[in-house]
Amino acid sequence: MTQNYYHKEIETMKPEDMRKLQSEKLVKQVKHVYENVPYYRNLMDEKGVKPEDIKGIDDLHKLPFLSKTDLRDAYPYGLLAVPLEKCVKIHSTSGTTGRRVVAFYTQNDVDLWEDCCARAIMAAGGTNKDVCQVSYGYGLFTGGAGLNGGSHKVGCLTLPMSSGNTDRQIQFMMDLQASILCCTPSYAAYIGETLKEQGYRPEDIPLKAGIFGAEPWTEEMRRSIEATLGIKAYDIYGLTETTGPGVAFECSEQNGMHINEDHFYAEIIDPDTGEVLPEGSKGELVFTSLDKEAFPLLRYRTRDICVLSRKKCSCGRTLIKMAKPMGRTDDMLIIRGVNVFPSQIETVLLKEGYEPNYQIIVDRVNNTDTFEVKVEMTAEKFTDKVSDILKMEKSLAGSMKTMLGINPTIHLVAPKSITRSEGKAVRIIDKRKLV
Amino acid sequence: MAIKQLTVFVENKQGALVSVTEALAKKNINLRAMSIAETQEFGILRLIVNDEAAAEKILAEEGYIIKITDVVGVKIGDEPGSLSAALKVLDAHNINVEYLYAFMARTEKHAYVVIRVEDNAAAEAVLSEDGFKLIKEADIDKL
Repeated sequence: MTQNYYHKEIETMKPEDMRKLQSEKLVKQVKHVYENVPYYRNLMDEKGVKPEDIKGIDDLHKLPFLSKTDLRDAYPYGLLAVPLEKCVKIHSTSGTTGRRVVAFYTQNDVDLWEDCCARAIMAAGGTNKDVCQVSYGYGLFTGGAGLNGGSHKVGCLTLPMSSGNTDRQIQFMMDLQASILCCTPSYAAYIGETLKEQGYRPEDIPLKAGIFGAEPWTEEMRRSIEATLGIKAYDIYGLTETTGPGVAFECSEQNGMHINEDHFYAEIIDPDTGEVLPEGSKGELVFTSLDKEAFPLLRYRTRDICVLSRKKCSCGRTLIKMAKPMGRTDDMLIIRGVNVFPSQIETVLLKEGYEPNYQIIVDRVNNTDTFEVKVEMTAEKFTDKVSDILKMEKSLAGSMKTMLGINPTIHLVAPKSITRSEGKAVRIIDKRKLV
Repeated sequence: MAIKQLTVFVENKQGALVSVTEALAKKNINLRAMSIAETQEFGILRLIVNDEAAAEKILAEEGYIIKITDVVGVKIGDEPGSLSAALKVLDAHNINVEYLYAFMARTEKHAYVVIRVEDNAAAEAVLSEDGFKLIKEADIDKL
């Protein structure tokens, strides 16, 4: 397979040159953060580290870590490193178990992020002749914006579909002959099943590649999606805290994701001791952003467990590879490719006069997510007629569909019957087995 | 004229009815009639009891959701065709029955039917007009 590179010089750079580049960037970045982010300056001062102590990547281990808790404590502006007038947008995680994380972007940050996504699209075989259907959610979630920007940079004809409304997705895919699909793997599987139900065989489907990420998926699921859609399916990795998708991406080898390490330096640490582990060890992935202006996180602990490898890759890229992470705990749920923030469900319940006490149960049956919401019946709404209660469930499902874009199954249950632990309800039960 | 029905929301799971009936038994609440409408997830337990105010209080304290609904109680003969006769009267007057359930009397040769309709007064009027004897709230304990 001929290789397309978006930034050939960077993507195939000799490792020693890459390290030199990273070192130069790191020195500047630490200075930028120390001068402009009092929150991180305090962490460095507490540790007794000065910017001049960091002369290159070899000194990185001297810097303090940042965790999701720091991001919540510093919400909203505490980690912002440039004046607001330089920022052009934000993206956000949901923050139902605490404060949400809001990440800021300057125009340069947006550009480097979109470049990262462009590298991912080209590694999946994309060119300016492709029609790229972006079916990640648009909005606060980074998925839609990132791949949309990357697709523009490559010069693909971009279909900004966002997630949901599967019939419309299929109609555009067929009518405009989409060749690349970007969405979550579970949504890709769902689109595939729907196409199959509508009588399309893999050879009838115009797609050649898919770039799927934002949730963990198995190799088995990859093969199943590839067979149903008649494509090659590529993994992509990222997180809002660093930028969004595109921090790492798969190439034709489909065996681990190349990290865009000219922008994001990766370390693997022992999650208990914080000690940096040698290449090939399994541990927690930590990212240091080397170029970001507005939200430059240094040594951010992702909570993802994985392995890094510098083994030679058949695609010619020399960028370090990360294995598929073994899962992440996060607030946002992605169900059938749609982002579901538990706070949205709470909003609907309050509006409809129910207690904001609910339980979301997600499972995966035949590669498709099931989505059930248990809601407690209220004394005001209770009637003696079954038909009335079934109507209430249907009406509540309708309101949630309007809010979320996907239809849940609503089950009204007895008050106080939703499990609580330590005084707090267990809101989410995700039964999807992915490993 | 209508009689009071106690309606309780119960989850469709093992032991749910035990706890409701046990709570009532402890406080000497006598069940005169009952029916359950159930779906896969929940059930609606409908009860005619000797003292619905006391029963409501007991169950509310146990955390149940309860509603007291007015329903029509009719006395019918304990013989074939008597229920059908009563229903025919309602049907003739375009009164739609939401649900109904029957129970036997302890002493007399009669049965009683509890009928849920939208308009109790209308149903009671046409039934009495046709000669059916209606049950009053005060009668419940004696049945």
